[in-house]
Amino acid sequence: MRHIISILLENEAGALSRVAGLFSARGYNIETLTVAPTEDASLSRMTIVTRGSDEVLEQITKQLNKLVDVVKVVDLSEFSHVERELMLIKLRATGKDREEMKRMADIFRGRILDVTESTYVVELTGTSAKLDAFINALDAGLILETVRTGVSGIGRGDRILKI
Amino acid sequence: MILTGAEIIIKCLQAENVDYVFGYPGGSVLHIYDEFFKQDQIRHILVRHEQAAVHAADAYSRSSSKIGVALVTSGPGVTNAVTGIATAHADSVPLVVLTGQVGTSYIGQDAFQECDTVGITRPCVKHNFLVKNVEDLALTLKKAFHIATTGRPGPVVVDIPKDITAARCEFRYPRTVSMRSYNPVLKGHLGQIKKTVQILAKAKRPILYIGGGIVLSNAAERLTQLAHLLGCPVTSTLMGLGGFPGTDRQHLGMPGMHGTYEANMAMHHADVILAVGARFDDRVIGNTAHFAEEVRKIVHIDIDPSSISKRVKADVPIVGNIPDVLDEILKLLGANFSLPDQSAWWKQIGNWRDRNGLAYRKSAHLMPQFVLEKLYEVTRGDAIITSDVGQHQMFAAQYYKFDRPRRWINSGGLGTMGVGLPYAMGARFANPEATVACVTGEGSIQMCIQELSTCKQFELPIKIINLNNGMLGMVRQHQEMFYSKRYSQSYVTSLPDFVKLAEAYGHIGMKIERTEDVEPALEKAFTEYKDRLVFMDFIIDPTANVFPMVAAGKGLTEMILAEDL
Repeated sequence: MRHIISILLENEAGALSRVAGLFSARGYNIETLTVAPTEDASLSRMTIVTRGSDEVLEQITKQLNKLVDVVKVVDLSEFSHVERELMLIKLRATGKDREEMKRMADIFRGRILDVTESTYVVELTGTSAKLDAFINALDAGLILETVRTGVSGIGRGDRILKI
Repeated sequence: MILTGAEIIIKCLQAENVDYVFGYPGGSVLHIYDEFFKQDQIRHILVRHEQAAVHAADAYSRSSSKIGVALVTSGPGVTNAVTGIATAHADSVPLVVLTGQVGTSYIGQDAFQECDTVGITRPCVKHNFLVKNVEDLALTLKKAFHIATTGRPGPVVVDIPKDITAARCEFRYPRTVSMRSYNPVLKGHLGQIKKTVQILAKAKRPILYIGGGIVLSNAAERLTQLAHLLGCPVTSTLMGLGGFPGTDRQHLGMPGMHGTYEANMAMHHADVILAVGARFDDRVIGNTAHFAEEVRKIVHIDIDPSSISKRVKADVPIVGNIPDVLDEILKLLGANFSLPDQSAWWKQIGNWRDRNGLAYRKSAHLMPQFVLEKLYEVTRGDAIITSDVGQHQMFAAQYYKFDRPRRWINSGGLGTMGVGLPYAMGARFANPEATVACVTGEGSIQMCIQELSTCKQFELPIKIINLNNGMLGMVRQHQEMFYSKRYSQSYVTSLPDFVKLAEAYGHIGMKIERTEDVEPALEKAFTEYKDRLVFMDFIIDPTANVFPMVAAGKGLTEMILAEDL
């Protein structure tokens, strides 16, 4: 099962490598990882998308909690949450493809950020599945470059991850 | 008070009541060593290799419950220390390791004797720090001692660049420290503890399965009280030996790969397992699927939540400090508690005991088991025994009965050959009155043999029991049993004359080849040569194997006994 783990950790040098090292040392997989400081600059918020059985997820959560720099860990997938990922994608946009690319971006509610004679850069935000769908909807030969931020997630309503 | 970083380090160690620092000097720690020279409250023990410094500090901690401290220089000092750090980490031993680092402006420049200490040690420490400002030094050291000794203990590395040891700042040692990200749970969940009492009240075939957590948390007395109240069998892992008296009738010995027949059978067939400070590791319960075939209730008490339900699902998980949890259980049970009748259970255990799984064959050569039996007799079961890793380690665990905790010092988790001699050094410094014997083999002892020199310098009267079979015995045993006797690289040729070697280092050497010479030689070593280091080279039967044995990947009850061959 796919899980979104949200971690609040001390914003200290090396904290990221402790988390990343834990995943590689214990053979857990990381699909995406994002990290940035929170409104409190002494804390970072990290979001990791991983896959594993319930037993593996239990161990991941426990092992993360054991790290001295980790303040709180939540598996967002356990309750109602919102997840978003941002993608920048550079497309070949020439001839008849130029109009087609514009239309596709509109359908997926993407924004065109940069235009040259032969390319578009499209910004797209959504769930990872939506970004995948956009990529699949395009002719692979027209995709020049993609950059994805990885998933960020937050609980709905009163679910708040804060100290 | 304005002090230099080096002065601050000494002040902090003094404030933590550190008596001994085990270390080895080098360029990046010279300022610190200069401060050691100017004081005499803390004694520095100069080893001959950084690995031994950490092992000695580790054993100092294991054998006394005081914290061990090691100090090494940057680069190779650190990489040499890594084996010691990983060994302590695997057995959850509290340790503070101070490492020198090149000056802050040189970090990342591939400077002389530079290595990424924080990066290299990260996977084998509880936590580590790089001190970048002298203002942070005192608080960081306070945190290091706090983290190492609380919760599930473990080694903490503090990496200190050379310029930080020379820089000055106002010194104030914090009396307490609190960290929002680090708050180990101490009290067990009362609901779970109540559930445990209910389960125990209905148990027909209960067993107490105890591990290193009992020793680490100083819970042996309470555990013994609980065990006597319950009247049930107790089995102790390699790391838990001494946590419950080895000579007690309720003790079944060690479970696992080389556990006793009765301990393994009882573990498998129990209807309730009360696991305390043990972690169901692969050497203890073998194949988890085979173990799961039997229906039973498992209560698992541990301070580390990640140890619970890692390999075996617990029905009642209790996270907490063992002494606190045991107190709660004892309180709820009350003084008059008694379990349901266990006579049928004990009768069955008696039958298993009658198989006498520790019996060993007669031989024209000296048998290693016999040496251990005699060592136990001659030392009246009261020595601190350190061991290396291999057959001799298992023989010691099987034949030496430990009645008290912190008397059995060995590398269980990492299985580090070479620990035996430095462990004996650390144990002796922590227990200056104790009889200390190092049970080893000719393979293991040569991995830290240089420490014979340290032992001479500090006149440590350690007795080295070298079970010399001219083979890497445990490797040879596996090759005999599972690799059709293809003894690939397990035969040690060109062994030194250990008697002469011991003498060269200024010690006494003895060579013992005949069964009838064992007891007199031991008597002589432990009485006449009481105050000397004696290297006793026992030439043993090279074909002796450790039994019972559960092969890797097999089920706990699928044991091979000596009589099966």
